[in-house]
Amino acid sequence: MMPYLPHTEQDRNDILAEIGINSVSELYSDIPEEILLEDKLKLNDSLSELDIKKKMKELSDQNHDLTEYISFLGAGVYDHYIPSVVNHIISRSEFYTAYTPYQAEISQGYLQAIFEFQTMISELTGLQVANASVYDGASAAAEAALMSTSINRNRKQIVVSRSVNPESRKVIKTYCQAADLELVEVPLCDGKTNKQELADVVDEGTAGVIIQNPNFFGLLEDLSELSRPIKKAGAVFITAADPVALGLLEAPGNLGADIVVGEGQSLGNPQNFGGPHFGFFAVAEQYMRRLPGRVIGETEDKSGNRGFVMTLQTREQHIRRARATSNICSNQALNALAATVYLSLLGKKGLQTVAELSTKKAHYTAQKIEKLTDFKMTFSGPFFKEFAVSTKKDKTELNDYLHENNYLGGFDLQKEYPELQNSILLAVTEKRTIEEIEKLVSLLEAVK
Amino acid sequence: MSKENQLIFEKSREGKKGCSLPEDELSTMEIETLIPEKHLRQKEPELPEVSEVEVVRHFTALSHKNYGVDSGFYPLGSCTMKYNPKVNEDAAQYSGFSETHPHQPQKMVQGNLKLLYELEQKLVEITGMGRFSLQPAAGAQGELAGLMIIKKDLKNRGVSDQKTEIIVPDSAHGTNPASATMVGFEVREVESNERGLVDIGQLKELVGEKTAGIMLTNPNTLGLFEEDILKIAEIIHQAGGLLYYDGANLNPIMGKVRPGDMGFDIIHLNLHKTFSTPHGGGGPGSGPVGVTEELARYLPLPLVEKNEQRYVLDNDRPDSIGKVRSFYGNFGILIRAYSYLLAAGAEGLEQAAEDAVLNANYLKEKLKTEYDLPFDRICKHEFVLSGSRQKEQGVSTADIAKRLLDFHIHPPTMYFPLIVDEAIMVEPTETESKETLDHFVEVMNQISREAQTNPQKAQNAPHNMVVGRLDETEAARSPKLRWHPEQ
Repeated sequence: MMPYLPHTEQDRNDILAEIGINSVSELYSDIPEEILLEDKLKLNDSLSELDIKKKMKELSDQNHDLTEYISFLGAGVYDHYIPSVVNHIISRSEFYTAYTPYQAEISQGYLQAIFEFQTMISELTGLQVANASVYDGASAAAEAALMSTSINRNRKQIVVSRSVNPESRKVIKTYCQAADLELVEVPLCDGKTNKQELADVVDEGTAGVIIQNPNFFGLLEDLSELSRPIKKAGAVFITAADPVALGLLEAPGNLGADIVVGEGQSLGNPQNFGGPHFGFFAVAEQYMRRLPGRVIGETEDKSGNRGFVMTLQTREQHIRRARATSNICSNQALNALAATVYLSLLGKKGLQTVAELSTKKAHYTAQKIEKLTDFKMTFSGPFFKEFAVSTKKDKTELNDYLHENNYLGGFDLQKEYPELQNSILLAVTEKRTIEEIEKLVSLLEAVK
Repeated sequence: MSKENQLIFEKSREGKKGCSLPEDELSTMEIETLIPEKHLRQKEPELPEVSEVEVVRHFTALSHKNYGVDSGFYPLGSCTMKYNPKVNEDAAQYSGFSETHPHQPQKMVQGNLKLLYELEQKLVEITGMGRFSLQPAAGAQGELAGLMIIKKDLKNRGVSDQKTEIIVPDSAHGTNPASATMVGFEVREVESNERGLVDIGQLKELVGEKTAGIMLTNPNTLGLFEEDILKIAEIIHQAGGLLYYDGANLNPIMGKVRPGDMGFDIIHLNLHKTFSTPHGGGGPGSGPVGVTEELARYLPLPLVEKNEQRYVLDNDRPDSIGKVRSFYGNFGILIRAYSYLLAAGAEGLEQAAEDAVLNANYLKEKLKTEYDLPFDRICKHEFVLSGSRQKEQGVSTADIAKRLLDFHIHPPTMYFPLIVDEAIMVEPTETESKETLDHFVEVMNQISREAQTNPQKAQNAPHNMVVGRLDETEAARSPKLRWHPEQ
C-alpha cells in the first residue's frame, strides 16, 4: 500500500467509533446501490517507490531526449540555457505545494514574486499592466481574441495572420468557434503578413487582429506599419511575442500593440514535451478591468507595511460567475516563478546577450547553409533566431541522417504549410557552438 | 522600506549579474548589420541587476513567507490539498521526459506517448468514461473543452439553435457558469433543497426544449452525494441534454462509484487535486476531459493510439473541436499523476477515498458542537460549516480564517458555496493524521470560545505573520499592479 496514508487500522477504528458507526461502508450508504462498484478497479497493483522509479526510468529511456542530441528544433519551444538556480528555487516546496494565494498574509512570498513577474512582463512588453500568467502562449492569444470582443462589443470578427504559430492559430480557431466569432486568416507575402490583404480585410466589424513578431518563420514583422489599418478600423491590436527577443527588439507596446501575449517557456522552463509552460498577457492600462486571469496588486496592512494581494477580483468567475471576463481561475504560477528567477539572474544585460547571441548564431548558421548548393533561404526579410531554408534534398532522409549523427534538425514546414513543401525551419539559440553549427552544415551537405 | 521587504528591483545595482553566459564566438558580427535599427529596442527593460547569491537569498526569503502542503495542514475545501509525493517530482525531472521537444518525430518519443496512452486508460477505468483527452491545462480549461463538445454535438444533431441553456446548481463552482457563458450558453440556476441536493421538482420545471445540459459536481460542493443522480440523468437525457461532471470532487468516490455509471456524458478531472500532483501555487495543473464512446469523436486533437508495437498521435479526427492548448497538455503534470497511480493501484485509490471520507466525517462530528452545521448528514470528502453563530459575537468567517493563520494552519475555503451564510468549507483529505485533525479541532474550538470572550483577538488577526491583515479594498480601488522605478 502506498505510504501517503498516515492512518493505522487502529486510527481508522477509533475514528469510526468517534463518528458512531461500525464500518466505512455506512459512509457510502447515500450512493444508490445499483451504481456502487462491485469489483475492484482494473488497475496495477500498488508499486513500491523503488519499483516506481525503475518503471518511470524505463519509460523515459524509451525516449531520445535532447541531452543526447544537438537541437536545431524550435517552432515555438526553444532550447535556451536554464541556470541551475532556477530549478533549485522552484523546487522549494513552500512554493510548489502551495495553492492559489487566497489567504494573502500566509502567501506573501508567492504574491510578491508574481508582482515582480508582472513588472518584468510589463517592462518587456512596454504595456502597463500584466496578469499573473495564463496556460500557454496559444491560449493567451485566444483569450486576447475574446477580450478584444469585450472591448469592441458587437464586433464579431477576429483577424489572424498566417505567420502566427500554427499551434496558436489552432487554439484561436477553437475558441472563436465556441464563441461564434468569425475568424479570418491573412495570407503570407514572402513569409510575412501580407500588408495589403490585412488592410483589405480589417474593417469596422473587426474586433481584434493578431500578429506575431518575430513571426513563426523567425521573420520580423513591421508592427508600426501593420498597426495603421488596425487602428484606423478601431480594432484591438494583439501581438504575440517571444520574450527572449524582447531583450533586443523594440517593445510592442511602443509600436502600437494594445495587448501583448506570448509563450513564456524560453524564460527558464524546460521543453517538457510541450508543457507545463506559461503564457504571458499584458494590456494597456485602460483595458485592465477586462483582463482574464489572476492579477496581483500592492497594498498595505494597518501599520502601513507593504503587502501584496490578488486584486481586481470582481472580474473573476468566483464573484461574477456567468458574467466573468473569463473562466480562468488559476495561473501557471510555478512556471511564472521560474521566469521571474530566470530574468532576475540574467538582468537587463543578460537577456539582451542571450537574444544577441541567438541572433548572431542563427545568422551565422543561415549564411553557411545558404552557401550549400542544394539549399537556399526560403524568405528574404530580416530574422531573429529562427529561419526557413528550402532544400532540393529529401527532408525525411535529411532528418534521419541528422538523427543518426545525434543532431535534431528543423521543423518540417510542409506539415503546417502545404505550400512550403521543401522547407524546414531551423532555430539557433545561444547554447549552440560554432563547432556544432559547422558540423550541422557539413551534415546537411553530406546527406544524399 | 526595511531591507527584508525589498523587491528584487530595489536590490538592483548597475553592473551586477546572476549568471554566466557563453563567450561570444562571433564578436566581429554586429547586431545592427543583422537587424534593421527600427526593430531594435530603444530603451533597456528595467530588469534587476543582482548577483547569483542575492537572487538565491531573495527567493529563498520569499519561500519562507509562503505556505504549502509540506508546511502544514491545508484543509482548503474543494481544492483537495493532499500530500504531493516526492518520487513523482523526481520522475518528472528525468531528462528522458523533461528534455523532449513536442515536435520531435514520434519514433523518438515512444516513452512519452506510451505514458499518455496508459494514463488515459487508467482514467477511463477509474471514471467509467469512454475516452479522454489529456490536453486541457486546468480544470477550468477541461470544462471549457467539455462545453465546446456539448455545443458541437448539438450542432451535429441539428439542435444547437434551440438548445441554448445550461443548468447549473446554485452550489456550483463559479467556473461552471463562467465556462458555459464563454461557449455562448445561457445559464439557468437550479436551487438546492433543504437537504443540500438538487431540487428535483425545480429541475423538472427548468428542463425543457432549450436544455443543452446540466453541470454537476458529485459529491457536490457541500460534500454531499447527489442521491438522486440517476433521476437527474433521466430527466436531462429525456430532454435531449447532456450531463457534465465537474471532477473537482472525485477524490472520495474513487473505486466506489464512477461518473460514467451515474449517467454522465462528459467529465473533467483535476489531476492536481485527485491525483496528487502539486498545485504549484495556483498552477500548473491539469484538467483532462473525458467523454462517452459516442462523444469521443469530438475530443481535442490529437489522441494517442496504439498500433501494433507503436504509439502514434492521431490528428485525423474531423469532428474534433480542435485544440484548446498547444501540444499535449501539461505533460510534466501527467507524468506525476501516472507515477501516483503506480503507487496507489486500485486498492490505494479506494483506501485514499475511504480515508478522505473518514477524515471529513470525523472533523464534521467534532466541530458541529461549536459551529453550525446546516446540513447534518453523512458527508463525503468535505463539509460546510456556518460561522453565523460566531458572526453574531462579532467574529466573521474572515476573522476566523485570519486567526487560524496564527496557529500556522491554512484556513478552509471561506464564503463558498454561496448558499451557506458565513460558509467554512473544510476538506481535510486522506493524507492527514488523526493527530493533525485533533489539533485542528482544538484550534477551531478555541477560536470559537474566543469569539465569546475576546472577539478582538480574531478581529485583529493575524498577529504573527510577516504582514497584518491587508487592505484588499484599497488594492482594488487604486490598483498598483507593478513596481515603478523612482523618478
